[in-house]
Formats: sequence, C-alpha cells, structure tokens
Amino acid sequence: MSEIGVGHYLTLSAILFTIGVMGVLTRKNAIIVFMSIEIMLNAANLAFVTFAAAIGDLGGQVMVLIVIAVAAAEAAVGLAIIVAMFRHRETVNVESFSTMRG
Amino acid sequence: MSGIAVAFWALATLAVVCSLLVITSRNPVASVLFLVVSFFCLAGLFVTLHSHFLAAIQVLVYAGAIMVLFLFVVMLLNLGTPQWFDFAGPPVKIVALVLGVGFVGALVGAGIGDFEPAARGPAAGIAPDLLGSTEAIASALYSAYYLPFLVTALLLLVAMVGAVVLARRER
Repeated sequence: MSEIGVGHYLTLSAILFTIGVMGVLTRKNAIIVFMSIEIMLNAANLAFVTFAAAIGDLGGQVMVLIVIAVAAAEAAVGLAIIVAMFRHRETVNVESFSTMRG
Repeated sequence: MSGIAVAFWALATLAVVCSLLVITSRNPVASVLFLVVSFFCLAGLFVTLHSHFLAAIQVLVYAGAIMVLFLFVVMLLNLGTPQWFDFAGPPVKIVALVLGVGFVGALVGAGIGDFEPAARGPAAGIAPDLLGSTEAIASALYSAYYLPFLVTALLLLVAMVGAVVLARRER
C-alpha cells in the first residue's frame, strides 16, 4: 500500500458500479432501484475524474458536469413517473408495473 | 503512508460500506441518508484528485438537490417503513452476488489495478492542482464544449416540463 495510483481509483469505481448493479437486481422498491442507478452514475463519474486527472485533459471533468445535469433531469422525471404510478397502483413494487409486458 | 493515501483509504472504505448499506437497508429513509454519506465521500475523493470545483458541485447538486428530491418523494408516498415486497428471492440474490463478485474479479484480473495511461492530453502542461479549478473548467465549458453545454441546458428544460406534466393530477 505505497502510492495511490490510477488503478486504485478505477478499482473503487468498478466496486461501486457493481454494488449499484446488485442493488438494481436484488431490490424491488422502485425508489431504491433508482438510488442504485445514482450509485452507478457516481462510479462512472469517479472513473471520468480519475482519467481527467491522469492524462491532464479537461474533457473528463466537463463530462462529469454534464453527467450530473443529466442525473438531475433523470431523477426529476423518474420520481415524477414513480409518483404517477403510485397514484394508479398504490405501491412502488416494480413487479406490479407490468402493464407493458409483451 | 502519505496524507492522500490515508484520505483515499478512509473515504473509499466509507463509500463502499455506505453503498452496501444503501442496497441492504430495509428502511428507505436510511437508504437515502447512507447514499448522502456515500456522495460526500465521493466529493472527498474528487478533492484528492484535485477536482475542487466538481467536489463542490457534487455536494451542492447531488447531496443537496437530488437527495432532497428522493427524501421528499419517500416521505410524500409514506414509504418510510419497510415494505413487504422489498427484496428479491434468495435465488436472485445469489445470482446477483456471483455476477457482481465475478465482474469485479474479471476487471481486477484484467489488470485495472495497475493500469497507467500513457497518453498525455492537451492540458498536460497545466499543474495538476490548477486543472480542476473553476477558472479552468469555465474556460473549457464556454469555449471547446459550448455545444454539449447548451444541449444540457435544453435537456434540463425538457425534463422540468416533463416532470410537471407527469406529476400533475389528472381531472
């Protein structure tokens, strides 16, 4: 455990992303599934910032700013959909939202 | 160990533990609060990478605005108590665990642990602690990246209108 390098940050990013995927797979509460997606977005942000710092390019940091804006838009629309679904079904169980199943 | 190393290990451990608590906690309010702690840890990690502006934005937008929205919806829908349907069955959990551990194992086995990018970008001459400053990001955002910036503004407008239309009560 001497010097902290790019690899340490990338490994942490992979672990956080995987935790988010596992949350999406194992939880049925729509709001928790949403929070798992936010964990995944943050893991991707960490990888972007790591590469931006490592190769000295500002593109990665600008991309993180845009990802944060998209995450805000996604959270607003997604939570509005959850509220609308809750009005119809009185539940946020993702398995009860199967109207569009083929 | 240097100061950066101590900060990295402390923040990384806390971030992973809090993220695990987010997906394992039965109470949605506890999940939201653990997620806020996890976002603060990521902001700290951004500081260790000299990205001070992004760390501030992370705290303001993510830990501030987005998580307040989540907490607001959890309280509004009265979901602060554990729900009977909360977790998938044991088979799904085992499959998810195996896939997750396998995915991280495959990435580490492929060598991301000791990956060092060789290419140097256009800003390689700038001192690393100036790269993440507000001034550097602003000049990049308003010159080279002005088009994505404008599209993002349009996206936020569309999302705002969409959220209002979706959440409006029908009559």
